[in-house]
Amino acid sequence: MDTQDLKTKLIKFQSIIALLIMCIVLSLLSDRFMSADNIWNVMRQISVNMIISVGMTLVILIGGIDLSVGSVLALSGAITAVMLKYGNEFPGWNIHIGFTLIGALLGGTLIGAFLGWFNGLTITRFKVPPFVATLAMLTIARGLTMLLTGGFPITGFSDQMAFIGTGWFLGIPMPVWISAVVVLVAVVLTNRTRLGRYIYAIGGNETAAELSGLKINKIKLIVYSIAGALAAVGGIIVTSRLDSAQPNAGSGFELDAIAAVVIGGTSLSGGKGTIMGTVQGTLIIGILNNGLVLLNVSPFWQQVIKGMVILVAVVIEKFNSKDKQ
Amino acid sequence: MENQNNQTVPVLEVRNVSKDFSGIYALKNIDLQIFPGQVHAIIGENGAGKSTLMKIASGVYTEYAGDVILDGVKVAFKNPKQAKEQGVVIIHQELNLIPYLSITENLFLGNELVNRMGLLDYPEMHKQAKELLKRLHFDINPHTRLNMLRVGQQQLVEIAKSLLLESRVMIMDEPTSAISDHEVALLFQIIKELKAKGVAIVYISHKLNELFEIADRFTVLRDGEKVGSGSMAGTSHDQLIQMMVGRSLADSFRKVVNIQSHEVLRVENLCFRNPGNENDFLVNNICFSLNKGEVLGICGLMGAGRTEVLEAIFGLYPKDVSGKIFIDGEEKQIRNVADAIDAGIALVPEDRKLQGLILNMNVAQNTSLASLAKISKFSFINKKEEEKISLNFVKKLNTQVSSPKMEVQKLSGGNQQKVVIAKWLATNPKVLLLDEPTRGIDIGAKTEIYRLINELAQQGMGIVVVSSELPEILSVSDSILVLSESRQTAKLSREEATEEIIMKAALREKE
Repeated sequence: MDTQDLKTKLIKFQSIIALLIMCIVLSLLSDRFMSADNIWNVMRQISVNMIISVGMTLVILIGGIDLSVGSVLALSGAITAVMLKYGNEFPGWNIHIGFTLIGALLGGTLIGAFLGWFNGLTITRFKVPPFVATLAMLTIARGLTMLLTGGFPITGFSDQMAFIGTGWFLGIPMPVWISAVVVLVAVVLTNRTRLGRYIYAIGGNETAAELSGLKINKIKLIVYSIAGALAAVGGIIVTSRLDSAQPNAGSGFELDAIAAVVIGGTSLSGGKGTIMGTVQGTLIIGILNNGLVLLNVSPFWQQVIKGMVILVAVVIEKFNSKDKQ
Repeated sequence: MENQNNQTVPVLEVRNVSKDFSGIYALKNIDLQIFPGQVHAIIGENGAGKSTLMKIASGVYTEYAGDVILDGVKVAFKNPKQAKEQGVVIIHQELNLIPYLSITENLFLGNELVNRMGLLDYPEMHKQAKELLKRLHFDINPHTRLNMLRVGQQQLVEIAKSLLLESRVMIMDEPTSAISDHEVALLFQIIKELKAKGVAIVYISHKLNELFEIADRFTVLRDGEKVGSGSMAGTSHDQLIQMMVGRSLADSFRKVVNIQSHEVLRVENLCFRNPGNENDFLVNNICFSLNKGEVLGICGLMGAGRTEVLEAIFGLYPKDVSGKIFIDGEEKQIRNVADAIDAGIALVPEDRKLQGLILNMNVAQNTSLASLAKISKFSFINKKEEEKISLNFVKKLNTQVSSPKMEVQKLSGGNQQKVVIAKWLATNPKVLLLDEPTRGIDIGAKTEIYRLINELAQQGMGIVVVSSELPEILSVSDSILVLSESRQTAKLSREEATEEIIMKAALREKE
């Protein structure tokens, strides 16, 4: 019984153990790894992926997928930038609306939520498979971003705007604060609330959930909207940090987010997984990236190694869940 | 000991076989002899070890203590495929068929015939499929896609598939659990022909009546041990039950009836149009009334519309359903499941794994799923309350779990069913709809569920039970509604109902 207990504990904490081993090995191989500068640097870099991955976790928990987060990030960031910089012109009525910083941030986030809601709508109302619906949104949102920016970055914002991506508060970078708050809210949401329970129920068995009186479509719409809104928050941070909204910002971010979720032990078929798992997954990818750079590994090899890590993580996960049966 | 009055030697023998799962015995020192040309019934409650034993015999489990002997030679199958090649075939309870392939393609899956070019030889496969289906008196075009068939027909295809292989030992795990009486008759015909050809058949079933019709010998397992075996001819129904459970089934009948005059549910002109076909009705003009404390049984053949009546009442297909539903005399608009729950209706569905449970959630989480709003504040779930409620139901329903935190997928069928029932009782319903409440669960749990139905009725709940087992309907119901081809063909009181009258009504066709 004791060895059984030990085994389940080992399985439970396997990502943390992997993380610790990585940190120990890296600090032995590189002086710079354990420096405060580097650690805050890593944390800041991963915070955007962390925020997006939290939304991705919720989507994957209900048995869906969201490939559009990278493009939604770019479009929301660009719209925020436009609102901040130019406001909104209504030529027909001769009206010009300017935005405060708060107004623009809120507007950008709402745009993200709307794009996510639209994903949810095509998925629930028109029964488009999530993979296809969000793949379409990936292209649409990217195209709209290009149209909006004309293909050029929008640059030059206020210091307050820059503070979001580059500032420090109580000795901790702002993006880290933001991602911490997002994670905390998501942990409470998944563990303590009805919505969280319903998310797991839908992913675990949609038919049974529906027969238990759950409003499946409504919950899916909410989840995709949250994923969109979180992508937008990521977009705002990226825009702020670079002091510019890049038309090709966030491309490929969906893959990093899915990788983090999967490494964190969430099942792609839904119903099983945790936010804290995803946090660990994000940390593993972030630290791995950072370590490979510090060790001067060629960028080509970096990709190969990252891919292998994802494979190994999923194989271990499958192995463990088979063991349990 | 076994009396070997049969002159032939056993084709398959299991000698002193034991098997444990991480220290817990599933089987203990089992001996079993299967003779050619005989049907050997394996009887036992769920969890008694029947399926484990058969999985050992057919190569699914490869690690066990003891010997499996085929034609007098000790064998160790590495996998089911190897067992199949040596003539031992298992037909599983769950269907292993591909829904989007035709009957022919399914029949030959894994054993396709090819022509000289190395391409699939469809004409030959269709020809053979046609002959095979004809031999089974199964009148259907082999080009039909499998998902166009009813479950019972699919089961026949599964059986036909195993007939294509020249097997000598055929293991059938609950082959009749989902098929209609007509198909059962077909199956028994096939079994008789197989027997005549010298095939040995191992037949696992919960339905004792069937076994008396088809089996020659039996072995009873209880808690992984062999408690009896012998020839069916010299054994009575009650003796078998006694062996299975070690207790009699006498108290499973409805004794105390306390029907109140208050009408809790009335259904008027309930119609359910087939979404796939404008002119077809799955439920056609059903009317009934249910008082507090009354148990109404609904029966009919497969496809008569039994399940659909419940689904229509429960708001699953609002667009295709018409008719009026009254609860406590008040008309209710039920457009979705949430409306049904609000109105005080609960439905325990037919398939607990697919429709009833979130398998990777625990007992408490499953129990609270339909009534979470009651135990949450500002959307936050009161987990202590949740566990307390779940524990109450565990005690009340005598569910065998170590804690409410146990995952439901680890429970036996009977205990899983109790969790589904607990989920619905937690919504505090006025009307409880039960669809096949005892399908695939052992006799012990069955008895407990019958007792629970009694108890709930006595407390004033209105209960509707749909079942394909007539003895079940007769033993739990106060009144009985018989359906045939989507219409009601009889409404009987318990006193006037007999199996014969019900069957006649169930077989009545449209003029």
